[in-house]
Amino acid sequence: MTSTFLPDKRTGPDVALSSPTATSARRRARRRLAHWLTAVGFQVPALVLFIGLVLLPMLFALYAAFFRWGGFGMPSDYVGGDNFTRLFQDDVFLGDLWRCGVLIVLSLALQLPFALALAVALNQRIRGRAVYRMLFFAPYVLSEAITGVLFSMIFAPDDGLVDHFLGSIGLDGLGGEWFADPSYVMATLFLVMTWKYFGFHMMLYLAGLQSIPAELTEAALIDGAGPWQRFRNVTLPLLAPTLRISVFLSVIGAIQLFDLVWVITQGGPDHHSETMAVTMFQYGFKRYQVGYASAISVVMFGICLVFALAYQRFVLRRDLEGATTNMRGDGK
Amino acid sequence: MGDRALSRRGFLAASAAAGLGMTALSGCGGDSDGGSSDGTTTIEWWNISTTEPAHTVWAGLAKKFEAQNPKVKIKITQLENDAYKTKMTSLTASGKLPDIFHTWGGGVLQQQVDAGLVEDLTDKTKPWADGLLSVAKQAYILDDRTYGIPFDIGMIGFWYNKALFKQAGIAEPPTTWSGFLDAVKKLKAKKITPIALAGKEKWPEMYYWAYLAMRTAGLDTLKKANDNKDFTDPGLVQAGQHLKELVELQPFQKGFLGAAYSTPTGQAATMGNGKAAMELMGQWAPSVEADSGKGLGANLGFFPFPAVEGGKGAITEVFGGGGGHALRKGAPQAAFDFLKFFASEATDLELVKKTGTLPILPAAEKALSDPNTKAVQAQLNAATGFQLYLDQAYAPAVGQEVNDSVSALIAGSKSPEQVTQSITKTAKEA
Repeated sequence: MTSTFLPDKRTGPDVALSSPTATSARRRARRRLAHWLTAVGFQVPALVLFIGLVLLPMLFALYAAFFRWGGFGMPSDYVGGDNFTRLFQDDVFLGDLWRCGVLIVLSLALQLPFALALAVALNQRIRGRAVYRMLFFAPYVLSEAITGVLFSMIFAPDDGLVDHFLGSIGLDGLGGEWFADPSYVMATLFLVMTWKYFGFHMMLYLAGLQSIPAELTEAALIDGAGPWQRFRNVTLPLLAPTLRISVFLSVIGAIQLFDLVWVITQGGPDHHSETMAVTMFQYGFKRYQVGYASAISVVMFGICLVFALAYQRFVLRRDLEGATTNMRGDGK
Repeated sequence: MGDRALSRRGFLAASAAAGLGMTALSGCGGDSDGGSSDGTTTIEWWNISTTEPAHTVWAGLAKKFEAQNPKVKIKITQLENDAYKTKMTSLTASGKLPDIFHTWGGGVLQQQVDAGLVEDLTDKTKPWADGLLSVAKQAYILDDRTYGIPFDIGMIGFWYNKALFKQAGIAEPPTTWSGFLDAVKKLKAKKITPIALAGKEKWPEMYYWAYLAMRTAGLDTLKKANDNKDFTDPGLVQAGQHLKELVELQPFQKGFLGAAYSTPTGQAATMGNGKAAMELMGQWAPSVEADSGKGLGANLGFFPFPAVEGGKGAITEVFGGGGGHALRKGAPQAAFDFLKFFASEATDLELVKKTGTLPILPAAEKALSDPNTKAVQAQLNAATGFQLYLDQAYAPAVGQEVNDSVSALIAGSKSPEQVTQSITKTAKEA
């Protein structure tokens, strides 16, 4: 991209002294060098930032995970794989993994279908659909911290909106135990997550739906396909690439969930809503057991990496090869 | 032509160098000694007084000090409590602390001292620091050396709603644990929520176990347990059992496990709005109750944590902490002068009068006016023993595990024995 900037001919006192063939070889070499230097020159600032702020910290976390280290000075107390052994014997961390799995299953089984249903509905010609789209998307724009504070108040005991409402229609509700009862906290949290993120997935689906040519649906209609058949046999297969991306984002999001939980429950009561990221924060910034926290982050990274690679390899590859899709190079 | 190419390459090289240089620069930010050519010294002062009126009062004090010391400039950085702790973690890791910084003493200060980052103040401050209240200085004395100077001291105790106590027929605040449990039962019988508690934040729960441990096992046992990394002393198990007795009465407000401390639906608000009869909290409780709830005014009373029958501790032993300042290793003389200035009678009088801290100098006690604050001060002065907040006295990992395990005990997922075992395990690992 930068070669056009370079002058075609180079002349100088040294050139005249050389033989013609040597000159052109040297010219080519010099041009290549110039080309290379330009490329390097443009990349260095970005690379330096990437290496300094992303790659090195990541490698350092991997290194620190093998030490007992309080975060002061350099790690020196090498403990081998101890942090990892401890991790997989820790009930809280094993609970984190379980809760992560639960959130993924719930997201895929409830949140995404809900978003899809809304997207299909809002893709019809209905009055005021732009307003609906905007309304449903609005929660996603809100910051996690604000969402957290908002729902802590909505689900607050006695004075909370939900309990007020349930009280006024003659139900007792959960008596303020929404976020306070170990057996309900995950369900309530999932409700908030769904509220926060369904709009985003709905938007993805809407974009996907709009790229499905109307001719196909019309052809199906002429062939006598009913609404369900049109959805099942035309819309769904053509939406599949979008679905696959949305599933991917949803799973990665569930693995890394932090802000909402931190603001609303801090992982409580009694660790019943804790996620891996929350546990990592607790150990890293509250207990100053940075080595152990690094081990948690390494495991999280490993899970994300394995999932991402496997997903790309087995699920997204069809999209990348462009079998049924117009999404080549779009997203993945 | 050649020149143009060269200059372009030169430009690229320069920008690449600039990119590298920037990262290099960011690595040595804040690396100034504060000295400058015209002989003025700039000292950095980090504190957590972000709320009014302390925010303004402290800035005013810095100006006053600058006026008295024309060659000194003070650069104030104010951070909210949690943000400050996080920021200090990374600063400590980088090995460079501000000249003057807020400290709570105890385990965190010990870690910073062990890392060789904190100035030993013992000799230089001795002439004037001897006059400070002894109970206020405890938290900053590590291995008989002084590493911090207090500006506030306080203690935890029960704040109670006099009207609700009267309604339940409780004439006098209880002084024994069994009396306390009776009071809880009486309140419950009148359908009054006996206690407000912030279960989400855990540290308010820790106060119960800590006080019970002080009352049953005694201060020495708590100290020894930390030194020997063994918290399985029978007295500490008993503390958990007593706490369990209380929990089994279900004395806390609805949804307390999800409640925060200072939010509009939290512990302080529940108490301040008259929806619970008691809370176990520090000297700051009245102001937070009034801030996040309505506040109780004259209906608010204070009583010390009751004694436990047959326990080793006395009702006069207090659990608490305050705030202080420490200096980074190699801080300029001006920083020492500032510590002296900040602990002077004039400053302390102003702090007590305007910001509601408790006096650290006997001479400043005359500035107290509120009866509850006076009661707290009287308790502190008469204290026969002092225990710093456990999450600050112990290494952070151990302190957090105490909070976490006690919280689990209150939620019903750990037994009193398991609490002591978990803390011991963490102490050995940390």
